[in-house]
Amino acid sequence: MSKLSLIIQREYLTRVRKKSFIIGTLLAPVGLLVYMLVIIGLSSYQGSDEIKVAVIDEATMVNPLSDGKGVRFIPAGTKTLEQLKAEVTAKQLDGVLRIPPLGNFQQKDHTIFYYSDEKLAPEKSSQITEKIAEKIKAFKMDSLHLSEAQLKLLDSEVSIDPEGINSNQEDDQSKYTAGVGLAVGMVMTFLLFFMVMMYGQMVMKSVMEEKTSRIVEVMMSSVRPFDLMMGKIIGAGLVGLTQVVAWVVLSGSVALIVPLVMGIDAAHLQPSIAASGEAAMDPDFMQDNGMRIMAELSKQNWPLLIGSFIIYFLGGYFIYSSMFAAIGSAMGDDMGEGQSLTLPATIPLILAFYIVSMAGWRNPDSGLMVFASIFPLFSPIVMPFRLAFNPPWWQVALSITVVIASAVFFVWLAGRIYRVGILMYGKKVTMKEMWKWTFYKG
Amino acid sequence: MILSVQDVVKSYGDYLAVNHVSIDVTKGSVFGMLGPNGAGKTSLIRMITTITAPDSGAIFLDGQKLHSRSPEQIGYMPEERGLYKKMKVGEQLLYLGQLKGLSKAQALHEIDHWFTKFDIKDWWNKKVEDLSKGMQQKIQFIATVLHKPKLLILDEPFTGLDPINTNLIKEVIGELNATGTSIIFSTHRMEQVEEMCDHIVLINKGKNVLYGEVQAIKNQYKQNLFRVETQGEVPAGLPEHFSVVKTEKNALTFKLDDEGQSNDLIKLYIQKGARITRFEEILPTFNEIFIQRVAETGE
Repeated sequence: MSKLSLIIQREYLTRVRKKSFIIGTLLAPVGLLVYMLVIIGLSSYQGSDEIKVAVIDEATMVNPLSDGKGVRFIPAGTKTLEQLKAEVTAKQLDGVLRIPPLGNFQQKDHTIFYYSDEKLAPEKSSQITEKIAEKIKAFKMDSLHLSEAQLKLLDSEVSIDPEGINSNQEDDQSKYTAGVGLAVGMVMTFLLFFMVMMYGQMVMKSVMEEKTSRIVEVMMSSVRPFDLMMGKIIGAGLVGLTQVVAWVVLSGSVALIVPLVMGIDAAHLQPSIAASGEAAMDPDFMQDNGMRIMAELSKQNWPLLIGSFIIYFLGGYFIYSSMFAAIGSAMGDDMGEGQSLTLPATIPLILAFYIVSMAGWRNPDSGLMVFASIFPLFSPIVMPFRLAFNPPWWQVALSITVVIASAVFFVWLAGRIYRVGILMYGKKVTMKEMWKWTFYKG
Repeated sequence: MILSVQDVVKSYGDYLAVNHVSIDVTKGSVFGMLGPNGAGKTSLIRMITTITAPDSGAIFLDGQKLHSRSPEQIGYMPEERGLYKKMKVGEQLLYLGQLKGLSKAQALHEIDHWFTKFDIKDWWNKKVEDLSKGMQQKIQFIATVLHKPKLLILDEPFTGLDPINTNLIKEVIGELNATGTSIIFSTHRMEQVEEMCDHIVLINKGKNVLYGEVQAIKNQYKQNLFRVETQGEVPAGLPEHFSVVKTEKNALTFKLDDEGQSNDLIKLYIQKGARITRFEEILPTFNEIFIQRVAETGE
């Protein structure tokens, strides 16, 4: 076995066998599971006890009110406000609602009064206002002799359907294209950012450990520094890929299994969403929406997306992890002292992520985005996002060429710094000094 | 020659670490590389072990110019010891052995040999961080010699070793040397290795200041000092004939004009009726030679 593959093997196995890796890999999907359960639990959570509220309907607009979630409405009948207040004090009622008459039909805002010494919970408060608003709407419609059907006719939904002029892709686009592209792009960006950051820093930490534990001099007398560095970078990269694959598989199965086990499906979740205030959604409409999103997802060029994800992951990972390796080799025993050295590697990475999340979603083809998707320190994060929006092919080709060339360059450069830095002890290293090392002979 | 260093120069930026050094180490010898901290010993060793390359000059190992597989013939124990702390002892040795070009089976065989020799058969699954310092040193030593190197380079081998382990390692080094392994000791504690070495080089500020066979150097630098120990009181009247440089209760140390006078000295003692219990020539230590040599060269 070649020395490089021995090193890769060790770097890979020691990490994959670590408890923290196993726990992290298994726990992330479990975390997702817990998260899903919590969301389901919260959305079906029935507020606290029911409250009894007497309703004084001064203009006979709203009575009778049907009971809402956690609120029971009791018509006041002939009782006066003062009598009811006394009942509240005597704890027979939780509160009194007084609904004054409307001034006129044009009036939009209407204030009603709630008498109680207890605070009204926000959930109950919105229950009450929605019920009353519905009743007032019905009252207004009734007075204007309007029917529900007539009212619906007044609503219009407008959407833009993009049509190409010189390209023949007009059929490919719909109002969902942008939204789905955005979602796919953001997921790719986030995954790439997260993985490059996490595994790049893992390489840095591991380089520092070898340096501080002094094993590195023993290693250097057996293998070339470049092999040791590359073995580490490749080994850690494979760990990263392993973790992502494990997460995808595990999360996929969790996402499939949980609804089955819990007996909960999307249809079951809907009523609670609808009840929480939004106008009730038509299940057919939901289904239709889902279908169209699925259709839009299947329209994405997945082989291209996955292929480019791998290219940009490798490109970005090699660029940044070799930078981190060089930085790790230059750091002394004290992690804190060298912290500023990591800035040149972390800032472009974070900046790339910001460019996408701040500017990318507004216009994926803006000048800034085009630049960022070709500049090699940004492109591994930015270009995968743009790919979901069919950028011109020459930009993709240029970006891929630049990112591969840069990866090779950065690995070479890092190797030059690494071989000097790794054997340098007890010296505070500056960026300027690291630059000088790249010109050292042998 | 197992090792031939020819006019090697190495600088780091503006700092000249090794300044035109030439050394030959004969096969099967024990060679001492002596000099204070920062003299350039480690820089020189790093070039021999191919960790770095010389700016100019050449290094030959067993007649061949250093190449990418040369490290497999060298065992190097650096001054700064280091092992992967979280790795198990067995896996670690297997890994390091394989990196030195051993096959897995060869490595396992050698590990077994050394585990038996050091009576540590049950250490395979122990983590390095759970071992004591002394135990770690043993593992470090095994890692250095596992691949049966032709040339063994030990940088400050005995620092941090307790007396028992020091003896054990010295013994093993002796055995290896007897079976043909050439050994280079590098140390600033010159007294620690001078009795073990047959050749030495003294390095100071990157330069070779003294180089040769141990006995020859000692003879060259000796000052004809003889110490005579007697039973009872030292007889009177001796300093009239020979100059005394040191007086002890039962012994005198003389500085003779030439070493042939030593028999005259003994004769005088016999004439005086004194009973000699010990008679020895005081040879300079390498510490003294070093200081003298540095003073001479004005460095």
